[in-house]
This record gives sequence, structure tokens and C-alpha cells, in this order.
Amino acid sequence: MTDNRGDGTVPVGLPAWLYAPACLGALFVVIPLVAIIARIDWPHFVPLVTSESARAALILSVKTSAASTALCVALGAPMALVLARGRFPGRSVLRALVLLPLVLPPVVGGIALLYTFGRQGLLGHQLELIGVRVAFSTTAVVLAQSFVSLPFLVVSLEGALRSAGAGYEHVAATLGAGPGTVLRTVTLPLVWPGLVSGAVLAFARSLGEFGATLTFAGSLQGVTRTLPLEIYLQRETDADAAVALSLLLIAVAAVIVVGSTARRRPGLS
Amino acid sequence: MSSVSARLRLRQRAVDLEVGVDDGEVLAVLGANGAGKSTLLQTIAGLVRPDDGRVAIGDQVVTDTRAGIFVPAHRRGTALLAQRAMLFPHLTVEANVAYAPRCRGLSRRAARERARHWLDAVGVGDLARRRPAQLSGGQAQRVALARALAAEPRVLLLDEPFAALDVTAAPALRRLLRDLVRAQGTTAAIVTHEVLDALALADTAVVIENGVVAERGPVRSMLTAPRSDFGARIAGVNLVAGTMSEPGRLRTAWGDHIAGLGDVDTGAAAVALFRPSAVAVHPEPPSGSPRNVFPVTIADVDLRGPLVRVRGGELPDGGTGLAADVTAAAAVDLALEPGRDVYFAVKAQEVALHGAPHRLPS
Repeated sequence: MTDNRGDGTVPVGLPAWLYAPACLGALFVVIPLVAIIARIDWPHFVPLVTSESARAALILSVKTSAASTALCVALGAPMALVLARGRFPGRSVLRALVLLPLVLPPVVGGIALLYTFGRQGLLGHQLELIGVRVAFSTTAVVLAQSFVSLPFLVVSLEGALRSAGAGYEHVAATLGAGPGTVLRTVTLPLVWPGLVSGAVLAFARSLGEFGATLTFAGSLQGVTRTLPLEIYLQRETDADAAVALSLLLIAVAAVIVVGSTARRRPGLS
Repeated sequence: MSSVSARLRLRQRAVDLEVGVDDGEVLAVLGANGAGKSTLLQTIAGLVRPDDGRVAIGDQVVTDTRAGIFVPAHRRGTALLAQRAMLFPHLTVEANVAYAPRCRGLSRRAARERARHWLDAVGVGDLARRRPAQLSGGQAQRVALARALAAEPRVLLLDEPFAALDVTAAPALRRLLRDLVRAQGTTAAIVTHEVLDALALADTAVVIENGVVAERGPVRSMLTAPRSDFGARIAGVNLVAGTMSEPGRLRTAWGDHIAGLGDVDTGAAAVALFRPSAVAVHPEPPSGSPRNVFPVTIADVDLRGPLVRVRGGELPDGGTGLAADVTAAAAVDLALEPGRDVYFAVKAQEVALHGAPHRLPS
């Protein structure tokens, strides 16, 4: 992407009044972060975030978020490709259904998963017969996170595919490239930034997942109690610990988002 | 054999065409924007499926809606060069050109050699390691041409390949394309609305108007005596064929000389082009200024709005007679009427000399 600063172009400019609500919006996001940092009990910060329960929650969160991101890429990338390039009846209906978790309250998603993979669920009963129990396990955490994160990846990648257009793919086809070769050598390299940002969004959403996880996976330390669940639990008993863990979660999310965007920028020019 | 025959009908784009290209022939497809020219090429390339139609390349049927045949684009052996170079932005110039050879199954090394060969052939061998974003428009289009030719297509499809280039880059690329296509004997179709493209590259031209073929014939007669409206708008020029006798001078088959502007090698087949509006009509041979003068016996006088088009008899080589546009008042003053002998004069700077693909058929 071109950076216009310093190349002498004069932008059309914005009406001055627009800056007021824009600043208000920025403050709305920044002030709560400041508030949390102001409430930190700094002398006890390190012991609080390195306690056994906190460490277990953080490790579980990072592991499950990574797993659900991988699952989102494995399932979401093909979905985005099919939605963006495929031709079949009912495509718009399918897209709406796929994006449903985006607007669904996560608790409702958790209940839906419970009635799918739970012991009495639609698939859970069959899974039980072959000895697989999903609900209230680490697998359930990954499924809950994937369920809510998948639309983020699909939306991001599908947008990238649409804006890239099919022109380069047509050129590749006339040069003798079959569909598999086109996908591998043209489509995916061109939408790579979209795929990365989709994966980052999915990871961040997984990291913050709470409602569906609690409903579908419960809150067992080291098994299903991820960092957001740990924060919620600690808030009941030890507010200082909850605040310290919140900052930890913010820091992890910030590192991932900033790190991925910084790495992506040069590749786009 | 890589002749092409295409018949296609698309209701949505209001296209109903039937076009053929012989093996080794270059066909110019002329017509206004939106007339269906690009659709024709895309149908041949397999990027558009007509509602009803049949396309054959050589003796292979690649599209036949009635028989349910549709060969996918990557198995057709066509290469499409469009207005925009569309180089893959994530690959180097060399990798772009090596793309088709790699798809054919050549080793990395062999494909790179092919790429080097074609990049040299189009004169940009030194840009191999660059990224497409670092190229000028003309350079990018040269690379795109190399990429298309490296595919060794049975049919080369050119969709206004020079339209996006500036005036300095277009003539060089046109000359290059002409030389390469001629040297290879490539079967090609070029969509254009530029008379010079047709003249430089093509043997035959079709004019597409409102989705149907309005006219088909040799390029030369299409340019000098167009029968369709579009042909008349873009063409209607005077064209005299010959050989370059010295820089800036063309010698006709019957020994006349025409002075003009243009960069064509001495000894090469060439044509002189000039507009009827640039021609002055004199009752006696004009003297003094350095002009080209042609003795003409008027064959036809035709009123065109405020102007009168005076058409001379057929050229000695059978070419369409020269035309001059004069005002109605001048036509009356000079008593211009069929059978009268007059002299057509045109200044050298109004005459454009262009290399012809080969000696034009009379």
C-alpha cells in the first residue's frame, strides 16, 4: 500500500467538525485502557500474573487460540474461496448463514454447540458411541472459539478475493494453468495479506472468547479455563488479580495485532 | 493447423458473430467500444461461454454448446494479451514469462531459459529481475507480450494491446509485435480501433457493429473503401502502396514517388497514408512548393454535408482511387465532374509512411 505522506499530494480535506466526534471515538477506546492501567497494583503485578492459575490460563488460551486459528484457516479459506469464486444456487443464503455467528450472542452459540456435540446432542450421541466426548474438554474450547471466529476469517478473505478480482486468474488460465495451479501460484499469493489479517482477527477473537466457551466447555482449571474465564472468576474474589490479568490479555492481543500489521506492510507495496 | 472458426451468440451482451481466421493469418477486429469485440476474443480463449455457439481451433472443437463441449481455458493453447499488461505482481518479470513454460511442465531451468529468450526477443532482457511495479507501461506491455509468446500459443489473441500506452511507446511495440508475429507465422486476432494496428499487423479485417459482423475483407480495401459506418469513420483514408526507395520517399509499383514522414527502412514494403481533407485539387499542375502531385481523372463526385468528396479513378495497381475533400464552392469553381482531368496535391508533411506487413495484395 502506498504511503502518501511526503509525496506532495494534497488531500481533498475534511470538514473541521468531523475531528470532534473522531476524537471522542478515540477517547472512548483509549480511556478505558488508561483506566485499567491506572488501577494496576504494580508492586504485586508480577506475582499476580505468574500465579499457577494465571499461567495455566494463559498457556491454555494461547494454545487453544492457535488451534482454533488453524482450524479457521483450514475450513474458512476454502469457504471464502467457494463463496467468492464458486457458482452454485443459494450462495447468498449460505453466506448469510455462515456469517450468523458474527451477530449471534456467544452464549447462544455455546448452547447450540452443546446441543450438537453434547452427550444428548445431535452428533454427540454418535460420538459417544465411538468413545469421543467433546463437551467440557479442551477440544470444546477450540470448537467454541472456532465457531465464533470463523466468520471473521471468511469475511476478511472473501473481501480480499473480491477486491483482487478474477483478472489474474483468467490470465493464468490462458497461459495454461489448471485450477489447482492457479489457486496455488496466483490466487493465494495475491490474497495472502487478506488471509493473514483474517487469521489475526480470528486469533484475537478466539483469545477473547468467553460466552460460548463457558457454556459449552465449562471452567476447569488447566483444561477449559482460558484467560477471560480466569479473569471473570478472579474478579469475584480478587479484583487486583483480575485487573492484572486483563492487562496481560491486552498486551498479548496488542503484540499480535501490531506485530502482524507491521510485518504485512512492506509486502503490499 | 491453428485456424480458428468461431460462431457465438450471447443474448446478454447482444452479440451474434461468425468469424474465421485461417492458419497463419492475422485478423484485425475493428469496431466501436461495446460492439462485442472483446467478447469474441474471450469466447475463443474460453473465458466466456456463449449462449449458443461453436468455436474450433485447428480441428479441435473447443466450444460447442449444442454438443455440450467446453474445453477449459488452460487446455486451449490460446494466449490473451489485453490493454493492461496484468503481470502477476508477486512474481519477478522473469518468473512471469516463465509461467507458461512451467505450466507446460518444463523444468525450472528450462523455463527460465525460455523466459530469457523471449525477454531478449522483446528487448527487455535487462529487466528480468525486476518486479512488475518497477516497470513503465511500455516495458510492462513488452513483458506481457513476451509472457504470451512464451506460452507458444496456437492462437494469439490481442485485445487492444497498445491502447493504454503513450504515443512514444506504442509505435515501437507495434513494430516489434509485427516482426515477431510475422517471423513466427502466428495465427492471431487483434481487436483494435486504430487503423495503424490493422495495417501493420493484419491481413484481413472484420468490422463489428452492434454485435454483428458488418464488413469483412482485406485490410487495404477496408481502409480505403469502407462499406460499414464504423469503417468509414475510422478509415476513409488515401492509401498508396509501394517500397521505400530512400528515407522519407516511397516508390510505387508504377514508378511514382511520394514524399512523407515516417521511420521505415529503405527497401521495405510500405504504404503512404493521407486524409482526403489534406488533398488540394488543381486544374493545372501546381508548381513551386514541394508537394506530391498526382494527375487524376475524376471518377466520382459525392456531396458529403458541406464538403464534396472527389474520387479519382483506380490506381494502376488496382488500389482504390485517391479521394479529395473540397468545399462545395470550390467544386463549382473548378467545375469538378466525372471525366475531368485534374491534379491532386498533398504536402509531404501530411503524408504518413508506414511499414506494411508484406506487399499488400492488389
